[in-house]
Amino acid sequence: MTLFYGTALTSRLMLGTAQYPSPEILSDAVRRAGAGVVTVSLRREAAGSRAGEAFWNLIRELDVPVLPNTAGCHTVREAVTTAQMAREVFGTDWIKLEVIGESDTLQPDMFALVEAARILVEDGFRVFPYMTEDLVGAERLLRAGCEVLMPWGAPIGSGKGLNNLFGLRALRAHFPDVPMVVDAGIGVPSHAAQAMELGYDAVLINTAVAKAGNPAEMARAFALAVEAGRMAYVADPMEERDMAVPSTPVIGQAVL
Amino acid sequence: MQIMVNDNHHDVTATTLAALLEELGYDAKARIATAVEGAFVPAGRRAAQPLREGARVEILAPMQGG
Repeated sequence: MTLFYGTALTSRLMLGTAQYPSPEILSDAVRRAGAGVVTVSLRREAAGSRAGEAFWNLIRELDVPVLPNTAGCHTVREAVTTAQMAREVFGTDWIKLEVIGESDTLQPDMFALVEAARILVEDGFRVFPYMTEDLVGAERLLRAGCEVLMPWGAPIGSGKGLNNLFGLRALRAHFPDVPMVVDAGIGVPSHAAQAMELGYDAVLINTAVAKAGNPAEMARAFALAVEAGRMAYVADPMEERDMAVPSTPVIGQAVL
Repeated sequence: MQIMVNDNHHDVTATTLAALLEELGYDAKARIATAVEGAFVPAGRRAAQPLREGARVEILAPMQGG
């Protein structure tokens, strides 16, 4: 079983909690997914508002480990402060570290990400860095003390699937022992299965489930795809070939 | 004294972060995290955290995230 900072998750499907039509549908989706982790965030709260408390109670009832994020942060300072606030509110030293460098693609700023990761690791955090599939960036993040990597499949919310198969394969091959999660851009269950078939240890899905016509049903579909993809990876898929090779034996074939 | 809380102006008498939260009506047990001038202030240090004129305070709570 893959360990994420020493913790074995009950499922390789991580689920985001944003954009669902209602709290009830969110709860149904998390249960149907059998999610191993749910991601959460922080927002400004006015005095007297109970929104944060209500959401927190809902998450606690689901009894799934939480992974807070630093979504929306564009600088090292913003991300570090947000992580520190999240640690106090959610009571976990896990942090999905996002430092966004470009607004149209929400592409991670790898330079700021490495710097923020270094600061947070020194401060006792267990960092899950949201990154591009950059090999050198991955090396720097590991050197900064990250023990998990989270490369993107495609831009957040785009549903485009695995945009750079070669890059994701190379990343997996270069760091075979590092737990890695494909995060962002996955649109349909076959994309998730593909990530798992490549040998990724988990996938993180949000929009593809939350924005489906039937989120709970889609959550279940993703759970099955993740399980199938993982099983296929462990079963060691055949090599792809350019030419046909008959599957029916040719020996003993009649000449007519 | 003028304080910026979550980007909104407030005219308050509080001179510490803990007093500000009380004056604005936050529940003492509310699940919130605080920052002053962009730096995290743990719950245990709010009473000792002074506020200056024009200070920028952020008060955050759990929300949905991806």
